[in-house]
Amino acid sequence: MPFVPHTDEDVAAMLGAIGVATIDDLFDEIPRELRIGELAAIPAGMAEMDITRLMQARARADGQPLCFIGAGAYDHHIPAAVWQIASRGEFYSAYTPYQAEASQGTLQLLYEFQSMMTALTALDVSNASLYDGASALAEAVLMAVRANRKTKSNRVLVPRALHPAYRRVLRGIVESQGIEVIEAPFDRQGGQTPAAALDALVGDGGFAAIVINQPNFFGIIEEVDVLTDWAHAQGALAIAVVNPIAMALLKAPGEWGAVGPERGADIACGEAQPLGMPLSSGGPYAGFLCCKKDLVRQMPGRIVGRTLDLEGKPGFTLTLQAREQHIRRGKATSNICTNQGLLVTAATIHLALLGTAGLERVAAACHANTRRLAALLCEIPGVEPRFDRPMFHEQVLRLPAPTADLLRALAAHGVLGGFDLGPDYPDLDPALLVCATELRTEEEMQRYVTTLARVIAARTQAKCPVEPKI
Amino acid sequence: MLIQEQSRPGRRAVAQAPLYSAEVSDIPAGARRLVPLVLPEVSELQAVRHYTRLSQKNFSIDTHFYPLGSCTMKYNPRACNTLAMLPGLLARHPAAPDSHGQGLLACLFELQEMLKEVTGMHAVSLAPSAGAQGEFAGVAMIRAYHRARNDSARTEILVPDAAHGTNPASAVMCGFVAREIPTGPNGDVDIAALREAVGPQTAGIMLTNPSTVGVFDRSIQEIAGIVHAAGGLLYYDGANLNAILGKVRPGDMGFDVIHMNLHKTFSTPHGGGGPGAGPVGVSKRLEPFLPVPLVVQSGDDYRWVSERERPQSIGRLTAFGGNMGILLRAYVYARMLGREGMKRVSEFSTLNANYLMTRLKAAGFDAAYPQRRASHEFIITMKREARDLGVNAMDFAKRLLDYGFHAPTTYFPLLVPECLLIEPTETETKEELDDFVAALVAIREEARTNPDLVKGAPHTMPVRRLDDVRAARQLDLAWRPSANCT
Repeated sequence: MPFVPHTDEDVAAMLGAIGVATIDDLFDEIPRELRIGELAAIPAGMAEMDITRLMQARARADGQPLCFIGAGAYDHHIPAAVWQIASRGEFYSAYTPYQAEASQGTLQLLYEFQSMMTALTALDVSNASLYDGASALAEAVLMAVRANRKTKSNRVLVPRALHPAYRRVLRGIVESQGIEVIEAPFDRQGGQTPAAALDALVGDGGFAAIVINQPNFFGIIEEVDVLTDWAHAQGALAIAVVNPIAMALLKAPGEWGAVGPERGADIACGEAQPLGMPLSSGGPYAGFLCCKKDLVRQMPGRIVGRTLDLEGKPGFTLTLQAREQHIRRGKATSNICTNQGLLVTAATIHLALLGTAGLERVAAACHANTRRLAALLCEIPGVEPRFDRPMFHEQVLRLPAPTADLLRALAAHGVLGGFDLGPDYPDLDPALLVCATELRTEEEMQRYVTTLARVIAARTQAKCPVEPKI
Repeated sequence: MLIQEQSRPGRRAVAQAPLYSAEVSDIPAGARRLVPLVLPEVSELQAVRHYTRLSQKNFSIDTHFYPLGSCTMKYNPRACNTLAMLPGLLARHPAAPDSHGQGLLACLFELQEMLKEVTGMHAVSLAPSAGAQGEFAGVAMIRAYHRARNDSARTEILVPDAAHGTNPASAVMCGFVAREIPTGPNGDVDIAALREAVGPQTAGIMLTNPSTVGVFDRSIQEIAGIVHAAGGLLYYDGANLNAILGKVRPGDMGFDVIHMNLHKTFSTPHGGGGPGAGPVGVSKRLEPFLPVPLVVQSGDDYRWVSERERPQSIGRLTAFGGNMGILLRAYVYARMLGREGMKRVSEFSTLNANYLMTRLKAAGFDAAYPQRRASHEFIITMKREARDLGVNAMDFAKRLLDYGFHAPTTYFPLLVPECLLIEPTETETKEELDDFVAALVAIREEARTNPDLVKGAPHTMPVRRLDDVRAARQLDLAWRPSANCT
């Protein structure tokens, strides 16, 4: 019996104490006609060695191709210590720290995480994480609409140059509460979101919030100061969606916009995956959410505070719980119950190991590698940069053939060449979003370039989209 | 001491970063960070020692009995973690093509199929990241269903007063009004009140069965009949699925939509608060509305199905479609259990709960529903102890920590005064349960002879009882560098 420790003697003694003859008698309050027989479609149990064999075969089948895809999830180095410590049973198998005195490890770590995120974003407070970057944005928008008493608007402005999946998640979560999502265009030449184009979208209702993406989905560095000031001039809150690695180099949301009492984005959120989380086909990751201090009571999710115990010694506890569903039920700021505790554990250890200088080096290496990769790829005839403005660590390239065909041919040679923008941006097609993190070597980039050049050349010669032999 | 307070300028874990600083001068000066970034500057050993020591300040399943009611804190098999972190699975990018994900997709497809079988539902989506997100998805599907039939009058979701707080919060998040239904004196839903509440405004009801008071609602078929007759749908909160796994199926009880908490029933780690995984299952009429992505089999291959092929879907809940690493852990667990092991989960969790309740009753504690069979959990009320001894449920809970037991869930559900909701799970031994009984008896004795000892507990933890009022009034939510640190 896997994981059930009972001996026959235990069972007999326990049933005797309860005063029933069989375990089945314990289910006697369940109407008989509802009881089921065998779970026919579920296979028989497996020993650990057998499931290990199966999983190893399946993991091998997925291979380990060379990855040049970014698009919201990034292949970074994760120090060995990160998951060795995060996988310790004391972190792995603990739960939400309701009993603070017996959970000081998790609570102090969450407080340290909150401190690191406020440092990265230059904002006052952070929560203890949400599911992922996209759902964190949806929560940020709900929060902004609740908090904005100036415009009383239920409209939010979102750049079209924001991750398409983020826009879909956002609509799916907020539209049932009557919130309207309006999309702002990007500049055809530069790829940035021009503030000048926003005035036309204001209409009568104004906006509760404006989402500003740094860098944007195309990797382009947005003019965040102008956009933040534009938001505040409209009476809207500015919501930053930022890459945490980029914060080592780029202006932090707290310092966006002109100097003055309103300075800075009001809320910042994003995906914490680049901070020590394996790609793992898309999850589990963690969303982060930070804000200015006057918005803290509108925040969703767990928040840890430092306080004193009855002897005056400092300690950590969940706080401001009156915002949350287990206290406020239908009037809570969100229905969220979990945070991504284990991922936050990894992120906190990751940031402690990298430190300021380490994070700056990672950010700079990603930037330089992507620039190098793009330059190499653009030596292939027909491949050229799509936008002319500075990028952080991703770049959009125009291609001489349908993107999907080229990607398929590359994948057949063990290279994941990037993210096909065509389906989400037909107006840019054929266009490819590429990324080379600090992990990609010169040799790997050369391999990508050589493979792509051959794939394109073979297509040109054959004039048909069959996969070439290389 | 915080990691930030151990920081010294210039001290670094050098091996963790790229060896050289790359050139970034092409990034415009106006876009560059102005305020200095202050992250900890510590050695690798300092970081490793600090977080190892922090871990040692936690109670966890691996170190302590953790009978936290409604949370199913059972053993998390190590194989699940190891196998979900095999390189080919761990390093796969979410946008990698299906051709480079057949191993992953095979696991997820089979997990979908197993969850369908064990819940009796027609179709399953693995997309929701946690129970509350599963609830949101479930209620959103109820909304989409009524809308697709042009039935816009259904604005209310019924929720029993014993329900988890997430239920009404999820209903409100989907744009519904949550209306409470009282619980009868025997722990079942008050049927008369339910009849009173249903009508053309009823979109559905959210139920947990067995309920949060630890009993199986015997009138479930009648409830289903009443709600369906009024045109509403039934939502099953799978928080307590562990109690009935392989015995009864929500689909057979008449539920139209359910979510499962894989971090409970399928033993994926709780991780200090997450991640979870909250797949949803639906009856046939709700299938078109399932959240994406879904895994389908075509021939020998598996592939993802997204929004483009599912026009009526409620959509995507996270950017990349779910907590794959957690789903893989659940898959490994389900395969190790197999069909017989799944039944044993409910059998032995129910045996442990009833044994523990019997022993506590015999020791003179008051069960909240003494005439009822316990499901996989039950409630003890400390009302009498609070009145006679001045020692309340929270005091008992805190003193249990000194005895080396994590406290049960306290003060939930709200309708039972001074309650402890106790869920031992199937993976605990009889000896552990006996020791827990002995600890509660000993604490009650202390409450008689030396109540201050109990009221001042815990005494052996890294901190004494914490000042929550101060925490909320004098907010200290982040460490800030002092002037000489920057």
